[in-house]
Amino acid sequence: MDSLSGLALGFGNALSLANLAWALLGCFLGTAVGVLPGIGPALTIALLLPITFSVSATGAFILFCGVFYGAMYGGSTTSILLNTPGESGSIITALEGAKMARNGRAGPALATSAIGSFVAGTVGTLGIAFLGPVIVEWALVLGPAEYFSLMVLCFVTVSAVLGSSPLRGLTSLFFGLMLGLVGVDLQTGQPRLTFGVPELLDGVNVVLVAVALFAVGEALYMAWHHHAGKQEVLAVGRLMLSKEDLKRSFWPWIRGAGLGFPFGVLPAGGTEMPTMLSYFAERKLVKPEYAQEFGTTGAIEGVAGPEAANNAAAAGILVPMLTLGLPTSATAAIMLSAFQSYGINPGPLLFTQQAELVWTLIASLFIANVMLVVLNLPLVGLWVRILKIPVPQLYAGILVFATIGTYGISNSVIDLVLLYALGIVAMFMRRFDFPVAPVVIGMILGPMAEQALRQALTISQGDWTVFVTRPGSAIILGLAILALAGPRLYAAIARKA
Amino acid sequence: MLRRIEEMTGSTAMTNRRTFVAASAGLAAFGLTPRLAGAQQRFASIYMFVPAGPGGGWDGLGRAIEQAARQSGLVGTFQFENVGGAGGMVGLPRFLSQRRGRADALMVGGSVMVGASLTNKTPVSLQNTVPVARMTEEAGVIIVPANSPYQNIRQLLDALKENPRAVSVAGGSAGGTDHIILGLMLQKLGRQAREASFVAFPGGGPAQAAVLGGQVAAGISGWSEFSEQIKAGRVRALATTGERRIDTDVPTLKESGMDVVATNWRGVFGAPGINATQRQALVDLMTAIHATEAWRGILTDRGWEDAFLTGTPFEQFLEKDRADTESVLKDLGLA
Repeated sequence: MDSLSGLALGFGNALSLANLAWALLGCFLGTAVGVLPGIGPALTIALLLPITFSVSATGAFILFCGVFYGAMYGGSTTSILLNTPGESGSIITALEGAKMARNGRAGPALATSAIGSFVAGTVGTLGIAFLGPVIVEWALVLGPAEYFSLMVLCFVTVSAVLGSSPLRGLTSLFFGLMLGLVGVDLQTGQPRLTFGVPELLDGVNVVLVAVALFAVGEALYMAWHHHAGKQEVLAVGRLMLSKEDLKRSFWPWIRGAGLGFPFGVLPAGGTEMPTMLSYFAERKLVKPEYAQEFGTTGAIEGVAGPEAANNAAAAGILVPMLTLGLPTSATAAIMLSAFQSYGINPGPLLFTQQAELVWTLIASLFIANVMLVVLNLPLVGLWVRILKIPVPQLYAGILVFATIGTYGISNSVIDLVLLYALGIVAMFMRRFDFPVAPVVIGMILGPMAEQALRQALTISQGDWTVFVTRPGSAIILGLAILALAGPRLYAAIARKA
Repeated sequence: MLRRIEEMTGSTAMTNRRTFVAASAGLAAFGLTPRLAGAQQRFASIYMFVPAGPGGGWDGLGRAIEQAARQSGLVGTFQFENVGGAGGMVGLPRFLSQRRGRADALMVGGSVMVGASLTNKTPVSLQNTVPVARMTEEAGVIIVPANSPYQNIRQLLDALKENPRAVSVAGGSAGGTDHIILGLMLQKLGRQAREASFVAFPGGGPAQAAVLGGQVAAGISGWSEFSEQIKAGRVRALATTGERRIDTDVPTLKESGMDVVATNWRGVFGAPGINATQRQALVDLMTAIHATEAWRGILTDRGWEDAFLTGTPFEQFLEKDRADTESVLKDLGLA
């Protein structure tokens, strides 16, 4: 079956009233769980698994896809408004998004992330429908050596968030790398830095760290520096995108989507790397007149790009699942187990043996995407009202919200202790001008880079040249050098000319 | 033994490594199948403790037991609690302390926990619980990429014997079931388990991708994770690790002259401090559930291998599994 007739069949199935209702329910649930830090789409779908006993396969998968896409939309809302990322893919969104919200531009930030999510979701879903089977074969060619080089490329992005003092920025980065070491080491099975606490054996959750550093740290800092009597209320500003905002968002959306989708398809890709790379790219490519907005008042490009990358990557994650039956993320793994409870064995033959189900699922992704933008755009006006809450109450609310969300990750008191301990660290980091973003980047990239490095070296029997003798790896390392040295070279040449 | 990801699907160890946990009783009520009263009710309610997040292998077994028991009317209601993390080692202490002496409490567990308590050197292990029944097991499979020079298990074993370091083998986390199978094979070949060139991946998906893409020479994983790829001809199965063949065309290690039998088994355990009568009641309950039509149906639907075992044979099995696992882990320097 070719893609077009497949899609036609899929839309025919998905557009029934009952299926639309499942999609709507899924989108709604997904948005809700995306908003809460800690509770993500994987957990929600796992909790919904028992419905597979009584609902048709089509209905269940439409519901699950709605949850999955909805969570990607919802995650950015709290990142922007409360500086509290709901899931790991929207951590980068918080960097510029929260600054925009503090400076009366919450409306445009939310709007660009909603529309960007829609654009990228559509691009990504088109990618699933037309490119999926081809691109996944390319993705398999990449081995641990290439992944390590990709991480090196991503480490370049740290330079975009280091702030004015490289020493402070690098200190933060190493703190993040250290946090990433906590837990059982995958390659040896030995616990590291766990101090006999069983809850630490699986490592420190990256969303917890992001919430602690961004939200709790800031709230504590505000409490420290709050002057009684002075009631400040944040300005809300205009709600919708101006023509200029639209113009500034358009290319970041496209670039973000283009970057995100292939990373999602990679078996060890995910949503974090493309959001970092997108942020780095937008920061370097921004028009000079807006460059000073980055890191100060918040630049819309820094929200539009990563948010699009996040959603396109989310779509990409479904490609290895649908074309090869490979669960490359927690959500995909749970969806695969749902396939199994219908007696469907997901594998390379899924596309041919279950064509109808797969195409209905893809069609419902398009539908969910439209539903989500329709649901979310009018909500922008409602969401930004949160900012009208006076600052002390707002931050108190953020603390409550962060605490509940973190407890939801694993019902563990240890997590709460970590949350506040790291929050206090972040408070002092803010006081002494250490940037917090490199901590999160180090924590995400560090363990991935370490594992990829050791996997590559085990395979090559300890031969380090593997990183330059494999063509894919060499090209990516070349890109990393270009990204690091390119802007400086360019500046040097421009000065001479 | 330890195959974390498969049991606890919640953790793609890449980013969100803490497996999630939820008291999911509320939402589980969503999909209650109509109850066909038939057999005599043995327990008004059972408290089922799952030391892993919802959606994984242990959770699946727990809920399948619920499905069969309620459909046949053997148990009135079930209450679930999921506490995930570290191969069950976060949940286990909680079950031991909070359910002590409770005659209606069951915990799902399996081979992963045997290894996890050894590698993590935890103060408690499955030995602190009361074994009730082994329910299912899944054999592992040794596979190579479709274009691999190794056509049969003999060729791969010869290569391993000659130079284990040159044969990279992908699998789940270090010290897990897959690693232990490789270690046992090397021991039988007269090599050391620690000579293995084992490449650990965070879960079945990435490990499969590495074999499919020819990044590694071979892979070891649970049969179900690779069965579709084998059927589609994208990878070649050389041998399985159970007592009997799963696929008629794929030999077992044992019949290939390699005396290694290792499976990923799952079962249920009772709380410490219950007496012999209370324990027998739980064993009888599981025996009755195992005999139901509904349980047969579940086994076929999910492709689970029936491995029902109770009483002394189960205890002896546990003892042997622990000893085997410990010897390999010691050889690997992990225990």
